[in-house]
Amino acid sequence: MNYPKITKITKTTEETFNVKTLMFEYLGDITPGQFFMIWIPGIDEIPMSVSYLEKDIKGITFKKVGDATKALFELKKGDKIGVRGPYGNGFKIEGKKILLVAGGTGIAMIAPVAEEIFNKKISTSIILGAKNKDELFFENRLKKSDLEIYVTTDDGSKGFKGLATDLAKDLIKKNRFDSVLTCGPELMMKKLYEICLDISFQASLERYMKCGIGICGQCCVGKGLRVCKEGPVFDEKMLKNIEDFGIFKRNAAGIKIKF
Amino acid sequence: MDEDAGSMQRIFNSGAGAIVTKSIGLKPRDGYLNPTVVELEHGILNAMGLPNSGIDFFKEELLELKKLNVPVIGSIFGKNEKEFVKLAEKIQQFGADAVELNLSCPHAKGYGLEVGSDTKLVKDITYKVKNKIEIPVFVKLSPNITNIIDIAKSAEAGNADAIVAINTVKAMKIDLELKMPVLSNKIGGYSGKAIKPIGIRCVYEISKNIDIPVIGVGGISTGEDAIEYFLAGASAVQIGSGIYYRGIEIFKFICDEIEKWMIKQGYNDLSEIIGAAHL
Repeated sequence: MNYPKITKITKTTEETFNVKTLMFEYLGDITPGQFFMIWIPGIDEIPMSVSYLEKDIKGITFKKVGDATKALFELKKGDKIGVRGPYGNGFKIEGKKILLVAGGTGIAMIAPVAEEIFNKKISTSIILGAKNKDELFFENRLKKSDLEIYVTTDDGSKGFKGLATDLAKDLIKKNRFDSVLTCGPELMMKKLYEICLDISFQASLERYMKCGIGICGQCCVGKGLRVCKEGPVFDEKMLKNIEDFGIFKRNAAGIKIKF
Repeated sequence: MDEDAGSMQRIFNSGAGAIVTKSIGLKPRDGYLNPTVVELEHGILNAMGLPNSGIDFFKEELLELKKLNVPVIGSIFGKNEKEFVKLAEKIQQFGADAVELNLSCPHAKGYGLEVGSDTKLVKDITYKVKNKIEIPVFVKLSPNITNIIDIAKSAEAGNADAIVAINTVKAMKIDLELKMPVLSNKIGGYSGKAIKPIGIRCVYEISKNIDIPVIGVGGISTGEDAIEYFLAGASAVQIGSGIYYRGIEIFKFICDEIEKWMIKQGYNDLSEIIGAAHL
């Protein structure tokens, strides 16, 4: 039943000055790319991708951006949250050589994808894009898997100076990737989609959500595709028909907001 | 799935005969903070808080649907007859094929049920709207009142073309661990399987007492559920929460199930069973 399970936070980790991980007990299998609806009692309930997915302990990693994530950021070990899900489809991992591109907090969702691909012994390159070195996280975590890791920062304070998409373009030219998987700012993903025209491509979209179970219609894109149900991960064939992609999202009232 | 043109088009393509829009008001409204929806054992509890883009932004979605020839019933909500009239005129102008007056939302202060439980207001609003527009006017009623027959009669007296019954049933869920209501608005409206007997009773009572058609809604997820509403006196049915239980294909499933039942029972025309339980 889609009712929030109340669970206690077992551990918190500050990944950066504004990014935090909360771990909590929650049973069940999860496909990397799926998400939970996280209820912060008395505040809000928000969709949140899963960043740690062990059998009985799960984790979410998020940045302080609005009232809900600010409240979530303040929670401590032992505090209670409500969790329902997992929802959505997750990434399909196919091919022999995969490129992952994560921008900003998109790293939180891509990290478990990278680990799953590594466990399947598939050759993987990963680009971690951040504003600057202080906003980069999970680099050490990902170093534990044998991946080709590239870091880009907008200001050049770490790794390649520039956009993740610039580096991706370069890597795609020099390598033969079977598939590109991405999560990050939508304009970054749109640019990447345009670069990957002849490569299998999957992007995880983010939209304002209410029910999370496919009835309210708040998160619909294109011709009635529900980000909570048919998404959040869409492949290139679906993205082709989602005219919203990289153009607009909708606010809580349903009004189109340009990216 | 009634907020943007793309979604409504998808539902139409899945076999629905027409689409009722999200309830639209004069101004944009965010609705309540989450949790706004929670599944319970026998139904779904929600308090969305009438989120909508406002009629002027919604115009774009309506014009798009019109281009695609999707029949649209525009649901509107207002505080008073002036607001209802303004909305009805606009929604007609933007291409709606009929208008549904939401006089029954159970959880938005100053709207819906607070307007729809007053016989005089219901009659006046319906009458004023009806006088100003050409398209049919439906009035959606709440089960959260003791005088649903009187309210239905008021709508009929205001020249409504049809009654829609029922909206959700006022309800609450308290979480045992947190010892607090789950919905951010605390009180919401209950839909789904649990409310079907309430809907059936209301449709039965209303259709027995008025002469205009009744559209049945509440807890329909199978063809047999729809048939029960037809027997109670409904001429058509609406489906919402059923999408959760059986997916977007539900419209096709229900049409097939109704047809199978009719063949098995030897009926040729749906009109043969509408209100049959009254006899």
